Amino acid sequence: MNKKIKQPGMTLIVKTITRLTVGLILLYGIYIVTHGHLSPGGGFPGGVIIALSFIHLMLAFGKDLALKKLSEKLAAFFESLGAIMFLTIALLGIAGGYFFFNFVFKGRPFNLFSAGIIPLCNIAICFKVGAGLFAVFVALILLKITIKRE
Amino acid sequence: MIYLMCLILFSVGIYCILVKRNLIKIIIGIGIVEYAVNLFFILVGYRAEGRAPILIEKQVVQNMVDPLPQALILTAIVIGLAVTVLIVSIAVRIYEKYGTFDITKIKRLRG
Amino acid sequence: MSPAQLPITYDLLPLFVAIPLGSAFLVSLFGKKLRGFPDTFSNLATFSLLSLSLFSLLLIKRLGTIVYKVGGWIPPIGICMVLDSLTSFMLVTINLVAFLVTIYSISYMERYTAKWKFYTLFLLMLAGMNGVIVTGDMFNLFVFLEIGAISSYALVAFGVEHEELEASFKYMVMGSVASCFILLGIALLYSYTSSLNMADISRTLAQKGGGQIVFFVSVLFIMGFGLKAALVPFHAWLPDAHPSAPAPISAMLSGVLIKALGVYALVRIFFNVLGMTAISSSILMVLGTISMVLGGLLALGQEDIKRLFAYSSISQIGFVILGIGMGTTLGILAGLFHLFNHATFKSLLFLNSGSIEYATGTRDLRKMGGLTSKMPVTGYSSLVGSMSISGIPPLSGFWSKLLIILAAIEAKHFIFASIAVLVSILTLVYYLKVQRLAFFGELKNSLKGIKEVPLTMKLSMITLSIICIFGGLLLIPGVQKNFLNLATEVLVNGTNYAQVIFGSIK
Repeated sequence: MNKKIKQPGMTLIVKTITRLTVGLILLYGIYIVTHGHLSPGGGFPGGVIIALSFIHLMLAFGKDLALKKLSEKLAAFFESLGAIMFLTIALLGIAGGYFFFNFVFKGRPFNLFSAGIIPLCNIAICFKVGAGLFAVFVALILLKITIKRE
Repeated sequence: MIYLMCLILFSVGIYCILVKRNLIKIIIGIGIVEYAVNLFFILVGYRAEGRAPILIEKQVVQNMVDPLPQALILTAIVIGLAVTVLIVSIAVRIYEKYGTFDITKIKRLRG
Repeated sequence: MSPAQLPITYDLLPLFVAIPLGSAFLVSLFGKKLRGFPDTFSNLATFSLLSLSLFSLLLIKRLGTIVYKVGGWIPPIGICMVLDSLTSFMLVTINLVAFLVTIYSISYMERYTAKWKFYTLFLLMLAGMNGVIVTGDMFNLFVFLEIGAISSYALVAFGVEHEELEASFKYMVMGSVASCFILLGIALLYSYTSSLNMADISRTLAQKGGGQIVFFVSVLFIMGFGLKAALVPFHAWLPDAHPSAPAPISAMLSGVLIKALGVYALVRIFFNVLGMTAISSSILMVLGTISMVLGGLLALGQEDIKRLFAYSSISQIGFVILGIGMGTTLGILAGLFHLFNHATFKSLLFLNSGSIEYATGTRDLRKMGGLTSKMPVTGYSSLVGSMSISGIPPLSGFWSKLLIILAAIEAKHFIFASIAVLVSILTLVYYLKVQRLAFFGELKNSLKGIKEVPLTMKLSMITLSIICIFGGLLLIPGVQKNFLNLATEVLVNGTNYAQVIFGSIK
């Protein structure tokens, strides 16, 4: 045979390693987000790592399979949802007296369930940053360039 | 003394933006300028013999570096990310319309 | 119930930022599915912002300066939002223009494909501008400045044609370098005073004394904010960016963005935080004068109507900076009044050029002629706008330019006063050129079939021209005392800002 059928994505070694590690990367991202008030990290880096896990999937397996897991419409939806969640948490603080007031029950310090609204804000930011970064990557990938010669 | 390195990095970035002719190299120049300014801001927060500003249970803290610039620079890095993303997409669209990345050939607006 | 007893009183301030942000993301969620949702929702949002800003004028009279602690943290540990008279003056200007522009863009933006994307970006830009004005903290100012600037970069490139992308790229490169200079200035100021709250910095600088670092920081800020305000020699992005944007966005950019992000931030930092010295005053006055002359001279030779208006913006902002840079009470009053007037008549002129483009499809002055016979509303409102900006009595522009010239004479800067008079005559010359070429004269054969623009566009233009005609009424002693004089006092107060802020924290 002269022609090889082109498989989407990378070689078999990369695909096998990706199957093993992509879940661990996602879990690591979630860990950084939820422990944002105890150790360095928080919403922004955690969101970037979660987006990276999906991008890793796209790089290794090709864009069709990755888009089946998280389509661009769903990414746009999560992005706006994250922003609206953040704004709602901030506005609910007005009920406690001030914008952004820390009204949720604050447990003992250094526990996981402590520090009021900060973990909730971290989760909202993680949705926005992760979905936003993934949506940008998908938009740049899906852009078909038709070069006009003038 | 270390602030001099930040100034050198800043000048390298400004040189890239002013002199280079390729659109992508200008974008990299903007990235270098942002790195230099962020680095300067974090170095402002250094205190002599300080450690990382993290509170751990049951440990007495002696000397910490200033945590405020670190929070601010996290925000500034994300702003830089947003600008870079936008400017790269516009550069890709310019390539689609004009067919070249050379700024001496992208000169329709004049006067 | 008096305003002091209404529950919304103190929580008014965050709403200026929360309403446009929330509406932007709601429009982004639901805009594609529901048909008329983006239009009605954004108009509702800008109308509520306009009523809130007019209500804030009343609040200032009853309660004095309001300081709102975000999250309950006391400044200078926490971020605070400040509502004083200068703030409410700028808020009224910006939200008024924003409301009228959203009404205009209901019909104008039908030609572009994705209208909900336009409204999302527009509301984000408005949130950024409102945030810059309302905040009392330096880094918060930088964050909102970036939000407004990034949305405007995207809006300039909205219809993706050749020229718009090139203009947006140039604007973006220059804008990000300016933002880096501003961040460098904030870093140096933080390292010297170890605080980010504007009132606290001003108090610390008064105790510690200035010195060379304050001079270096003020130069960095003039470079950074001067680029956002399009002072010469930082003006080179404006003649490309403002014509390429869609017409409602040109009106917003030229009418309010360069004022909120550029002039207001410059003025607030120089008068209230750093303290106005003789050197900075003369630098601002010289830069303002050069902008006036250069903008006017370059506008004479333009054939594209929007590019001519863009150069004229550079010239008029030069007037504003000349007035404010003088530092005297009459000068600041004149500068702020001219700022308000310029917001109204420049946005009116850009909306007119948008209507011309909607009806005839061209922006070239040589291809137009005799449009008043077919488009009376556009023609007459354009006449009102042009006469007002050239300074013909009794329209509003005459009063503000007269005040600037009188202030220059009173402060014994006779050279600046004579240059201001000459540039006013120059402004009249090129606006007469626009009127003659575009509106009066013979109707060309290719333009025989044009019609007047739809109702919403007419409504905005008529409202703006009414404000232009009656703008001079703001100088009646009863009205002036409440609106303009209060705003001037905040700036003349200078570094007493710190005492006012710390005295108003409850």
